[in-house]
Amino acid sequence: MLEKNYMKLEFISKSSNESFARVVVAAFASQLDPTIEELSDIKTAVSEAVTNAIIHGYEYGEGMVTVEATLEKDKIEIVVEDMGRGIEDVDKAMEPFYTSKPDLERSGMGFTVMETFMDELKVESKVGQGTKIIMIKKFKSLSDRE
Amino acid sequence: MNLSMKVINEYLIVSLNGELDHHTSEEIRKKVDQKYFNQNLKNIILDLRGLKFMDSSGIGLVMGRYKNCKEKNGDVAIVSTNPYINRMLNMSGLPKIINIYSSMEEAIID
Repeated sequence: MLEKNYMKLEFISKSSNESFARVVVAAFASQLDPTIEELSDIKTAVSEAVTNAIIHGYEYGEGMVTVEATLEKDKIEIVVEDMGRGIEDVDKAMEPFYTSKPDLERSGMGFTVMETFMDELKVESKVGQGTKIIMIKKFKSLSDRE
Repeated sequence: MNLSMKVINEYLIVSLNGELDHHTSEEIRKKVDQKYFNQNLKNIILDLRGLKFMDSSGIGLVMGRYKNCKEKNGDVAIVSTNPYINRMLNMSGLPKIINIYSSMEEAIID
């Protein structure tokens, strides 16, 4: 059984950092020996959360995005945080296909993807202060083996 | 991300290789639209078999091209065999309006 492990990554809100962030978290998660499908789920969820921070949190302006991940027992907790404009109505933002920026060809599926691919999703947001996305995924491959 | 395009009849065939996210989709959108409108084409076939990763930005890219094609009375088709990419496509409901094929031949014949 893996002992608790933790990482923190901080980068400026450039879209080229989206792939950087998801690859780092996936590499960190691989310590828990996940399946390819579980790794793909984590990469996709991180990509959605970081993209949201860049497009909606900072609206393409410059700010810092923080990604933290904690491995404990058979699960990973991922926290993606920005200090951008925040979300006025979180419930509305989480509705499938809702987008506040239809002109940018956003599908409005970001939160739906995070909810589907992870086991738990929590969104904390304050207007003018930023948004924190907390996601948890349990690695079924590990619990199955025990 | 690697993008290659070729034109067969009124079809613009777009093959994507690599990772499709918000960052890479913006560049692809520009290049595809430029070719599609400059050459006055009608239909687009998106070949996603070379993709190793796609998030919901890919769905936005497909939906945007679908809208453009519909305005010109054309259509969009997708060629995809990767189960993770297909899972994302299915989640979005896109298969209700866009046909997904497993080979280029099927997409062109249909």
